Amino acid sequence: MKEVTFRVFRGDKEKGELKEYKVPLSEGMVVLDAIHEIQATEANDLAVRWNCKAGKCGSCGAEINGKPRLMCMTRMDVLPMDKPVTVEPMKRFPLVKDLVTDVSWNFEVNKRIRPLKPQPRQADGTHRMMQMDVERIQEFHKCIECFLCQNVCHVMRDHKITDFIGPRFLIRCATLVMHPLDTENRLRELKDDFRIGYCNITKCCTEVCPEEIGITDNAIIPLKERVAGAFYDPLAWLWRLLTGKKADQRT
Amino acid sequence: MSHEIHEHDVLVIGAGGAGLRAAIEASALGVSVGLVSKSLLGKAHTVMAEGGMAASLGNTDDRDDWKMHFRDTIRGGKMMGNWKMVEIFAKEAPDRVNELEEWGALFDRTEDGRIAQRNFGGHRYPRLAHVGDRTGLEMIRTLQNHGIHQGVDIYMECTIVELLMDGDRIAGAFGYWRESGKFVIFKAKAVILATGGVGKCYRFTSNSWECTGDGQALAYRAGASLVGMEFVQFHPTGMIWPPSVRGVLVTEGVRGDGGILKNNLGERFMFNYIPEMFAAETADTVEEASRWLEKDPNARRPPELLTRDVVARSIRAERLAGRGSPHGGAFLDIASQRSPEYIKRKLPSMYHQFKHLGNLDITKEPMEVGPTCHYIMGGVLVDPETAGSDVPGLYSAGEAAGGLHGANRLGGNSLTDLIVFGRRAGQYAAEYAKSLKSSIKISDAQLKQVEKVAIAPFEDSGKENPYQVFQDLQSCMELNSGIVRVKSELETCLVELEKLKERAAKVKVEGNRHFNSGWHYALDLRNLLTVSEAISLSALHREESRGGHTREDFPDSTEKFEKVITIVKEKGGKMTWKHEPKSEMPEELKELLA
Ligand SMILES: Cc1cc2nc3c(=O)[nH]c(=O)nc-3n(C[C@H](O)[C@H](O)[C@H](O)COP(=O)(O)OP(=O)(O)OC[C@H]3O[C@@H](n4cnc5c(N)ncnc54)[C@H](O)[C@@H]3O)c2cc1C
Ligand code: SF4
Ligand code: SF4
Ligand code: FES
Repeated sequence: MKEVTFRVFRGDKEKGELKEYKVPLSEGMVVLDAIHEIQATEANDLAVRWNCKAGKCGSCGAEINGKPRLMCMTRMDVLPMDKPVTVEPMKRFPLVKDLVTDVSWNFEVNKRIRPLKPQPRQADGTHRMMQMDVERIQEFHKCIECFLCQNVCHVMRDHKITDFIGPRFLIRCATLVMHPLDTENRLRELKDDFRIGYCNITKCCTEVCPEEIGITDNAIIPLKERVAGAFYDPLAWLWRLLTGKKADQRT
Repeated sequence: MSHEIHEHDVLVIGAGGAGLRAAIEASALGVSVGLVSKSLLGKAHTVMAEGGMAASLGNTDDRDDWKMHFRDTIRGGKMMGNWKMVEIFAKEAPDRVNELEEWGALFDRTEDGRIAQRNFGGHRYPRLAHVGDRTGLEMIRTLQNHGIHQGVDIYMECTIVELLMDGDRIAGAFGYWRESGKFVIFKAKAVILATGGVGKCYRFTSNSWECTGDGQALAYRAGASLVGMEFVQFHPTGMIWPPSVRGVLVTEGVRGDGGILKNNLGERFMFNYIPEMFAAETADTVEEASRWLEKDPNARRPPELLTRDVVARSIRAERLAGRGSPHGGAFLDIASQRSPEYIKRKLPSMYHQFKHLGNLDITKEPMEVGPTCHYIMGGVLVDPETAGSDVPGLYSAGEAAGGLHGANRLGGNSLTDLIVFGRRAGQYAAEYAKSLKSSIKISDAQLKQVEKVAIAPFEDSGKENPYQVFQDLQSCMELNSGIVRVKSELETCLVELEKLKERAAKVKVEGNRHFNSGWHYALDLRNLLTVSEAISLSALHREESRGGHTREDFPDSTEKFEKVITIVKEKGGKMTWKHEPKSEMPEELKELLA
């Protein structure tokens, strides 16, 4: 049976290194299978998060050959196997151990977003919403909170700016702002508290999203336009001029 | 002893749909609530649910009502469901679904803008509110985003090892932080077990690592009764190839949306396996089944939508007759029934899953599928109204609790179960906690004892690898206590489980307590052994076949066993069983079953 060499990060906050393991290759194997194999045989105490093994829970994000991906959805046959495969934890978050990082910051950020405040029900007790209108935000609801986008966004990764809530939570705001039933106005906090202005549309977040959500085009840009529209910001006006996009009509 | 201590009126163990809904309710009643989960918030097994949640909203077909839902659930459960629970469930389901919408859930819509409903196995009318094929994600995120604003204290990545008692009533729980390995004590007047299922007892399962039967085992060790543990659901359509994904679920929604099952001769074999009980409502020709797909209201449902136990057994029978697919299952074909656009819109995550993991385009080719362990109908015995167990202060809801689904669960009934009985557990646990006047006490001796059990894997002189024992347990259960059971194998299973218990006691873990997966497995193993024993013992003594329990030596359902439920309980350090008469259904409900 063919063997593949893995270089897996082992260590904690204080120290760590890439350790080499050899794993027999089987048909259809994904990176998470290899990690489990290593865990079951050579390194019982290897720390890794996972749950569903089918790309549905967003637990198993890591940097595979330097690229942020879900381990359970990365098949070995998409990687060059003549070279060792490196598996490292997400870099943006504080390390806990091995492949596990401390993502608690994300949960704190989420608490700052006010929940939906729906309009009253119709006389017959139902809420009416058209498929066309919900479909647009259903796309954002596909988010599995893997935080890979939060991991790559340079605003936080390189500039360490933590009052910016990041792409994951901008799309959550977008679902609320575009929700047909919501009655809150959220634009001021998007600008002042969540600091949407920091995003300069590099689209790195969209590139890594395993759910293929149009984070920038479908969520962040329309939000930016609404914020700009609401506050008549001359910079935003210039930005609109440069990108050639019109303000969203459906505010 | 100097451990970290937290004090709450109500402690909810488990942050899946049931636990979150319970915590929200208890908190709304003004008591202090703690919520503990093994994984991060929003990752519980509920997130994986695909097809939808059943409620007789009557939006897609207005002939539906709670009585029909009641009927289908009792019949689907092969008459073993607790009638009172099913009645409450069917009546309260629509309100609970509407409430989720109020909290932000975005279900697929009908043309006039109401919540759309889809067909599923065993449901007479289209009944499942859904969001494509990722309904569980919608449920958990909605509850999570609502719940974080309700003042609940959330303890993530914390595993409960044992319940703590004050005499014979609940006093809290003892656990460890997965990250640091440090111990933590929760003092609580009431505890709700919402810990989910037991799928990890078997090798091929749709369940995640978390599903090790912790709640059932914790309850058992605290002296509570378990009910119906012989009823384990093997879902007929799990992925079977490649090996890496064996067991991963293929939603029943594929069949609800028109998918058909074929053998290696290309025959649509389900027409040959229609049980008498369902003959009157099942199409018996391809022609009629096609009319149903075209929405002819007079056409009966295709046989692919028979209940899961029936379909799983049929696939197995085809394989044994030499008509199985190359890797020992059947072909599930939707490509020949629906357009690629339709499939991608209605089943996006199935499309994605097969494309990425199976190298297969389901809009062009049939999938290869076979049975996978999916759900346990049995669980903690609870009062139908209050969700209370027979230990004062201990409640349970969701998959951890037993009774609602009888011998077989209908698809879509679990998600609804979580919110209906999650809410009730939260309510009654809060009321119980408020009514307790005296304070609770936890003895030092008890804490010392639990602590000893928890660190044993580091100190013992044993040599067993926890992963190996874990795998051997799964093989043993699959071989001897799986889809089709027989007396001699079940007896062997119980003997083998004793040996595995001895090996588990000698498990040795390397490294320290800091996020040590080996240690986590070693402690989960204890629970897995308890529930495996409960399953096998209950299965041995039900000498008939019914729903999720199939005996090769007793292939028929019998009147004698229809009258009894199996109860398992600890007595003097040993697991004991008994058959108890099932409570009699009132006449007016019996009439609904016709
Ligand atoms: C792939 C798949 C698809 C499904 N599709 C559907 C569907 O379409 N419709 C439907 O109705 N049902 C479906 N089901 C079934 C349904 O999803 C589950 O039965 C249900 O989600 C269980 O929810 P729960 O709240 O009881 O527990 P879970 O969601 O399993 O949550 C259990 C919680 O308990 C915690 N926990 C467990 N043990 C401990 C411990 N010792 N200490 C601390 N915390 C602990 C876990 O961390 C977790 O938070 C599906 C199941 C699967 C696997
Ligand atoms: S587009 Fe914006 S949010 Fe996304 S990575 Fe770039 S700066 Fe960050
Ligand atoms: S938006 Fe995409 S990348 Fe970001 S957390 Fe959600 S699923 Fe992950
Ligand atoms: S394990 Fe759930 S996304 Fe990878």
